[in-house]
Amino acid sequence: MGQYLVRRILTIIPTLIAISFVIFAVLDLAPGDPTSALPETIRPEVRQQIRKAMGLDEPFPVKYGLWMRQFFVNEPLSLIEKAFDIQIGDGEKRLRVTSWGSRGVPVMDMILERVPQTLWVVGLAYVVAIVIAVPIGVVSAIRQYSIFDQVGTFISLIGYSIPTFFTGLLMILLFSVKLKWFPMIYDTNLQVVDWHSFVEQLRQSAMPVAVLGFFQAAILARFTRSSMLDNIPMDYVRTATAKGFRERYVVIRHILRNSLIPVVTLIALGIPAIFSGAIITEQIFRVNGLGALLIGAIQLNDIPLVQTVTFIFACLIVAFNLIADVIYGILDPRIRYN
Amino acid sequence: MIGRHFSTLRVIAILLAMAFLLAACPAAAPTGGESMAANEEMAEEEVMEEEGKVLTILYWQAASLPGPYLSGGTKDQDAGAITLEPLANYDPNGTIVPRLAVEIPTIENGGVSEDLMTITWTLKEGLLWSDGSDVTSEDVVFTWEYCSHEETGCTASEAFLGIESVEALDDRTVMITFDSPTPYPYNAFVGANTPIISSAQFGDCVGAAAQTCNEENTAPLGTGPYRIIDFKVNDVAVYERNPHYHGEPAYFDTVIFKGGGDAASAARAVLETGEADYAWNLQVEPDILRDMEAAGLGTVISAFAGYVERVLVNQTNPHSDLGDDRSEYMDGDNPHPFLTFPPIPQAMSMAIDRTLISEQLYGFAGQPTCNVIPAPLHYVSDANDGCLTQDIDGAKALLDENGVLDSDGDGIREYNGMPLKISYQTSTNSVRQKTQALLRQWWLQIGIETELINHDASVFFGGDPNSPDTYQKFYTDLQMYTTGPTIDPQQHLSNWICEQIPMRDNSWGGGNIFRGCNSDYDALFEQLTQTPVGPEREALVKQLNDINVQSFYQIPLVYRGEVSAQLNTLKGVWINGWDSQMWNVGEWHR
Repeated sequence: MGQYLVRRILTIIPTLIAISFVIFAVLDLAPGDPTSALPETIRPEVRQQIRKAMGLDEPFPVKYGLWMRQFFVNEPLSLIEKAFDIQIGDGEKRLRVTSWGSRGVPVMDMILERVPQTLWVVGLAYVVAIVIAVPIGVVSAIRQYSIFDQVGTFISLIGYSIPTFFTGLLMILLFSVKLKWFPMIYDTNLQVVDWHSFVEQLRQSAMPVAVLGFFQAAILARFTRSSMLDNIPMDYVRTATAKGFRERYVVIRHILRNSLIPVVTLIALGIPAIFSGAIITEQIFRVNGLGALLIGAIQLNDIPLVQTVTFIFACLIVAFNLIADVIYGILDPRIRYN
Repeated sequence: MIGRHFSTLRVIAILLAMAFLLAACPAAAPTGGESMAANEEMAEEEVMEEEGKVLTILYWQAASLPGPYLSGGTKDQDAGAITLEPLANYDPNGTIVPRLAVEIPTIENGGVSEDLMTITWTLKEGLLWSDGSDVTSEDVVFTWEYCSHEETGCTASEAFLGIESVEALDDRTVMITFDSPTPYPYNAFVGANTPIISSAQFGDCVGAAAQTCNEENTAPLGTGPYRIIDFKVNDVAVYERNPHYHGEPAYFDTVIFKGGGDAASAARAVLETGEADYAWNLQVEPDILRDMEAAGLGTVISAFAGYVERVLVNQTNPHSDLGDDRSEYMDGDNPHPFLTFPPIPQAMSMAIDRTLISEQLYGFAGQPTCNVIPAPLHYVSDANDGCLTQDIDGAKALLDENGVLDSDGDGIREYNGMPLKISYQTSTNSVRQKTQALLRQWWLQIGIETELINHDASVFFGGDPNSPDTYQKFYTDLQMYTTGPTIDPQQHLSNWICEQIPMRDNSWGGGNIFRGCNSDYDALFEQLTQTPVGPEREALVKQLNDINVQSFYQIPLVYRGEVSAQLNTLKGVWINGWDSQMWNVGEWHR
């Protein structure tokens, strides 16, 4: 296992370098100009000055090299400095990746500011989805073709065929406009300091969490159900039943445990999606998470921000693929990597 | 076996627990290290919020930075305008009103020199920055230095063009010297796009260093009614009452300037749920807005500046057989075969029901207009108002009288044997395509056939010299789009002199897109550049407008504005098309 891990981690390095190059090149070569969002009255000479001030007229290899250095050396150093409140070298002068849209603001600070909201809203939705989906999937499989299964299948089908922007809009119309139960604007500045503000936080998270959770739960429930159905006819299940164990025991200790192996993998692989945020859902409910950050950056042609955010997503996907493989090995004794 | 089973469950349990922990952390921990102090203050305020008076402003485009100098969007300018102030503002009628200045300098009061080369502003007495330090004329000088420095990459540097120097005569007086006589000297430091910034704060941020001044750029000191206490990039800005404000203390304890989302839901948040007090730039179908307004919580309001949606009439021949000579002016040797005959475009203009277009398609955001200079009021001509009523019969009669008849009976009239078939292009946009369809139908009624073309906005307005589909190349007979004058129309009117005709030789660089050349216009324009602000200048602008409209180079359709919404309980809003919509936010109250 140890050897396997080392090998995997070593292969990650060239993968990430290749990814970073592709992302950087595609975005850098793509048409689009950060000054195009400026008012039309600004003259071409002025636009040229602005581009120059942003460092856009450097040749491609220089820009790429600079960005690599900023991303892999300068940003981690700044992070460490901030985390431990220490000074490494000349921190003031260290060049950091800065945004074009909000000139002067380090991209990494913008990202760190967004992470908590995304983790809270999208992460909570994921947790809610798991808590709902697994039991539904289990019951659907055991009582296959029962009313419960039929209704569950129907609702799941709705859940993953209706896009989140539509369910989001429906929820706003119903719960904000008609019933006035939940606010439609997510207040990022809300600090949870007491019971009242905690309730506020729950109220404003309710709709985005429900929309996302519904979508995720639909997929996970279907997956759990089919995984369970694969295991029910297995010999070991018959053996366990023949031994005279109660049905509940057989289901939980034998079938569910084995069925969850692929589900856990699916969950692990889905975690990067938490970070990329449900882009559209964040936009609808004005949750200022990473997804909304990315959308805004794309609209403003804020290339450094798009490059950095996309690359971080790529890193997360690579990392969680590895984690999923490792978890697989731990959960399933039949799988050995050596 | 038992051990392994335990570990399986444990992994699941740990995963779940981790997810919960991660999810729970933001609720407890304050975000970001450097704004800790601000956050702590905020936390205290949050508790007070029940009693506090909060103003929530919703911009569906979130502000990138508060202030107009490093980020050119309206959202950024408006986020800045809540705290930053210029020397003077434009009011919604287009009149200049003093802000940090004691009065508006004119030739009469000696503030503007007779030779139109200098203007001298005097600051109000006892002005303070929001940190309590003094505002001096040095700050005004510094603002000019900051924005006109090439390496700053200042997005508002346009306003400082033609300024040779800005000098502080004493603590409260600044003199601006121009490099040539400037009849309209109020571009710099007037309006929300050129507010004064603090030299003490931004002193080290001039030039290339502007890019690294993270803290300064996101929390500029201001002189306005509120001061910034927290700015989350591309999300939300929070302001509190500025205790050092020179005017009446502002009404609200806290102003929240929230960004993001989309225009329709922003409208809904004001008009249907009342969660926000003000929502900006609601580009939403007029019917939907009317339905929302019917809920009775808020009101839809419109701001008008100078934008006119209009049809440009090509004065040169765009026929595709001409190859590279399409739509080339060639010193007047390549005229359009029939659109240069005034009765034809005149009849086309008469056949249009402008009221229908503006009511049905633009709703709150449009008024019918017959002028290319639609505002400010003192510059608006009333000589062309006849076009406001549709007159199809009159248009037919006009063509008949001038011998433009349908001689072969196919329903399309001919001029000199040439059938009146025209191509009409614009950018892809549902309102524009609907306008095109209406015009086509009316023109068919008077015997003119129209082919409708639309190009993606990024191509049409993109200015790529290799693309045949740009508005500058104008390879069709007609095209439609919007532009408009700034508060002083000279810059806008300068586009239509003969030397501004776009052609191959200047890479299609001029502003005289319709390629019309009129020596009377050029002579009057020359006169305008030497006439100071006053009744004489107003008369000249009206004449220039009339020449342009009456030679049918352009057919104005709709005077376009911007739509916002406010809660009915919010008082003091005076929506402004010429300046920031936040220009008088200090006077807003309940």
